[in-house]
Amino acid sequence: MTAATNVFGTRSSRMAVILRLPWLNWKLVLGVGVLILMILMEFVGPVFWDTELARVGSVPTNMVPVWVEADKSLGFKEGSPDYPLGSESNGREMLALVLVATPRSLKVGLIAASLGTITGIILGFAAGFLGGWLDSSIRILSDAWMTIPGLAVLIVIASYVREFDINSMALVIAMFAWPGPTRIIRAQVLSMRERGYVQMAQISGSSVIDIMFKEMMPNLLPYLAATFTSTVSSSILAATGLEILGLGPTRIPTLGMTINNALRASAILRGMWWWWSFPIVMLVTIFMALFLMTIGLDEIANPRLRGIQQ
Amino acid sequence: MGGLSKEYVIKRLGMFLLTVWLGTTVIFIVPRMAPGDPVQAMIGRMLTEGSNVENADQIVEAYRERFGLNDPVHVQYFKYLYNSATFNTGYSLAFFPSRIDDMIARSLPWTIGLLFVALILSFIIGNAVGALLAWRRTPKMIRWLLPISLTFTSIPAYMIGIMLLFFFAFMLDWFPYAGNYARGLNPGWDLEFIGSVIKHAFLPAMSIIMVSMGSWALGMRGMMITTDGEDYMILADAKGLTPMRIFWRYGIRNAILPQITAFGVALGALAGGSVLVEIIFTYPGVGYLLYQGILNSDFTLIQGIVFYVIVGVSIAVLILDLTYPLIDPRITYQRS
Amino acid sequence: MSTNPKSGTQNNNGHSDVALDVRDLRVHYKTPEGDVIAVNGISFKVYKGELVGLVGESGCGKTTAAMGILRLVQPPGRIMGGRVMLDGDMDIINLGNKELRRARWTQIALVPQGAMNSLNPTMRVKDQIKDAIETHEGRQSKAVLKERTLDLLALVGLPSRTFNMYPHELSGGMKQRVCIAMAIVLNPILVIADEPTSALDVIVQRVVAQTMLDIKKRLGVSMIMIGHDMGLMAQMVDRVAVMYAGNLVEIAPVRAAMKAPMHPYTQLLIESIPSIKERKPLKLTEGLTHDLRNPPPGCIFQFRCPHVAETCRTQKPPMLEIQTRHGVACHLYKPEETA
Repeated sequence: MTAATNVFGTRSSRMAVILRLPWLNWKLVLGVGVLILMILMEFVGPVFWDTELARVGSVPTNMVPVWVEADKSLGFKEGSPDYPLGSESNGREMLALVLVATPRSLKVGLIAASLGTITGIILGFAAGFLGGWLDSSIRILSDAWMTIPGLAVLIVIASYVREFDINSMALVIAMFAWPGPTRIIRAQVLSMRERGYVQMAQISGSSVIDIMFKEMMPNLLPYLAATFTSTVSSSILAATGLEILGLGPTRIPTLGMTINNALRASAILRGMWWWWSFPIVMLVTIFMALFLMTIGLDEIANPRLRGIQQ
Repeated sequence: MGGLSKEYVIKRLGMFLLTVWLGTTVIFIVPRMAPGDPVQAMIGRMLTEGSNVENADQIVEAYRERFGLNDPVHVQYFKYLYNSATFNTGYSLAFFPSRIDDMIARSLPWTIGLLFVALILSFIIGNAVGALLAWRRTPKMIRWLLPISLTFTSIPAYMIGIMLLFFFAFMLDWFPYAGNYARGLNPGWDLEFIGSVIKHAFLPAMSIIMVSMGSWALGMRGMMITTDGEDYMILADAKGLTPMRIFWRYGIRNAILPQITAFGVALGALAGGSVLVEIIFTYPGVGYLLYQGILNSDFTLIQGIVFYVIVGVSIAVLILDLTYPLIDPRITYQRS
Repeated sequence: MSTNPKSGTQNNNGHSDVALDVRDLRVHYKTPEGDVIAVNGISFKVYKGELVGLVGESGCGKTTAAMGILRLVQPPGRIMGGRVMLDGDMDIINLGNKELRRARWTQIALVPQGAMNSLNPTMRVKDQIKDAIETHEGRQSKAVLKERTLDLLALVGLPSRTFNMYPHELSGGMKQRVCIAMAIVLNPILVIADEPTSALDVIVQRVVAQTMLDIKKRLGVSMIMIGHDMGLMAQMVDRVAVMYAGNLVEIAPVRAAMKAPMHPYTQLLIESIPSIKERKPLKLTEGLTHDLRNPPPGCIFQFRCPHVAETCRTQKPPMLEIQTRHGVACHLYKPEETA
């Protein structure tokens, strides 16, 4: 990786060399930073805000955000600095709701993507490295699996299994998170296997495990990270999709469930934009951060993309 | 000579059957692995909710018949496979005695119309934008389109849908909130009806287009950059061909091929996403019907619809796979 | 189309016997650390019906020079100056876009280096040839197109079934011959062939080379052939032009060049041709010894030249016409010695 960055590095200043460090790609750093902030919400949120206000009936209903004037004819109540983002029709306070729900949505994505990526690594390595019938069956299976519309199948499963919690939902979503990573890892392993240094290692008698972890893993890392990131994104997408359909966890608030409540209460047509827009803003921020990371990681994995973009 | 080899067709058909089989099997097995007996629980809930008490016996009977509940699991599975293979999806639980096939048949044209138009449009627009972005002669003005369209790529379609609904239907009142055509109109080929259909489909279609366009643009831009460096592009230039001819016949023609493959892969996800768009816009397609099933705990309806979604997406992919060799003359050689 | 009426040499009656006159052509490659001077002001002529071989080690700028003549230099490369006069009065470098497109293929055609990837993979051979014809001559009837294309394919020794084939169905040699056929379809004045044989095996090389010679004889077209195989060149070309590090150091009739090469670099090149008759030790020379971004003042060959003198370090030797159609750029030869 470092070799690729220093092609023109002969005369560059020290600063330029530091800036070219591949992992310090600004898109990646920004994306990771935003996500870390969101995960921290889970721990920092309760410190400065009463997250218990996210419960049903803990505040007056239909309060507008504090900076907005309430339209009394629509039945809205004047906002209060105690509840800056207003409240929804079930008496949940929006700020508390967002603080509680955001890290949770992220968590589902992270768990599902971890499971999917780990499965993908195992299957991808097995297929690409061992080859033969194993390779063809894994390839065919992942190809076929990819064509199955995941969300539709998840809907069936979720409608039977009504009592979802975060972990079991993540587990079910992971069922559809493995084919992508498998395909990408397999393709990379196949191309890498043909490269000189892996063949050298093979000739010199290194064990398969050694070759995998010492020779191939470091080079696969940016690809792995990029796949993982996009899998997190699609897992969150699936999770919120289920939640919006009312099929997610029902006991604890999530961003998707909040949107589902808003939709069922016709919040859009009643003009209660703060009910659905704050969860959407959080989700959009999550997706954007993940997207930035994917692009950043792509640029790290394929230095050529960087050159073209200038 | 391009064209379809027998081997290729058989392989693709096998892939199609495998996909459908895997999908139907997953929706059979996984609910049964859940703790408790979902089937009994479901019937219990049906009876206690008592929404349809007068037909309860019939419903339960229909249900038992559909799943062969008294048989051991493996017999149930084969019966279920047989029913699926013969497209016998049975009766709806909540809307008994409506047949699920009939219900789907009523809503399917709307979904196909919306999805088809939206997906094709986004594919065309997205690829055109992407190709223009990579093209050297493209005016600088167009270049800021990429970051804009990319911004939308990362956002799910239904979120764009909610925002469009809020701004263009609620705030500006330019478009209707819901439905597929204005009430009181008689479906027909007159201008008023068609206009109403387009007006109702506009926002849902836009939310799908805006979201998927960016990723096509991004992919196409990459492919065009690769293609632009190919030797045949230089030779085309040396031949003195017009830029338009080079752009279309030499550039786009070659760069589009991987995009079409990607289209097949993305279809499943796109179909899933449009379910939610239909719900947001109360658009009476298959997705909305599915939502009705969920709201009413109508499991046979849910299962039937999902089965058809799986089959539909697989057929679309199969068609794409079978037309692909006609577009890329090299393919029958590479894959065999 | 006539951009410059005062075009050099013998302009008797609008027509001269010069097909191509390159004057001081410069091509630079932009890099973040300064311009790489790939072609450093080269000048030479190609006479009608003549086959000039452009030789030199890889990286010396032969392909870039050819691309410069065709005005096809790809970024980050750029033509920085010079003129490329075609058929006496048309300057390729200063042509408008439309005129340039019109001149391409009708006047000057290319047989590309990578014939493997030079044909559009999604178009049949017939359509790629048709493209060239119809762009310049307007729409033609199917029968006429077919007849012309089949004649052309026969001319380069390809079976008529090639007509309907896709590039991936052709072998390397066949692809190369399709490229040759395509280059001559509009009877251009000049064909530039960029290493037309380098990617082929030895037997196919011979066949393709022979095809090129036949065509040249049959159509009387002028050609520039780029290559580094001196042995093959010696048998094919009328004159050789020798390039070193972006500079043209000698251009000479092939017999003179083989028998009595004048420039020290040409001498080195000729000596390095392997021979069966005598086994000689390989002359090992170091590679390029200067940075292409900052060529040294004086002669470009000074670091490797066995005869280097003081003037070579400071003064760039001009190209001297030692004899007719024989020029050399070296301080060893003085203008007085001419004649």
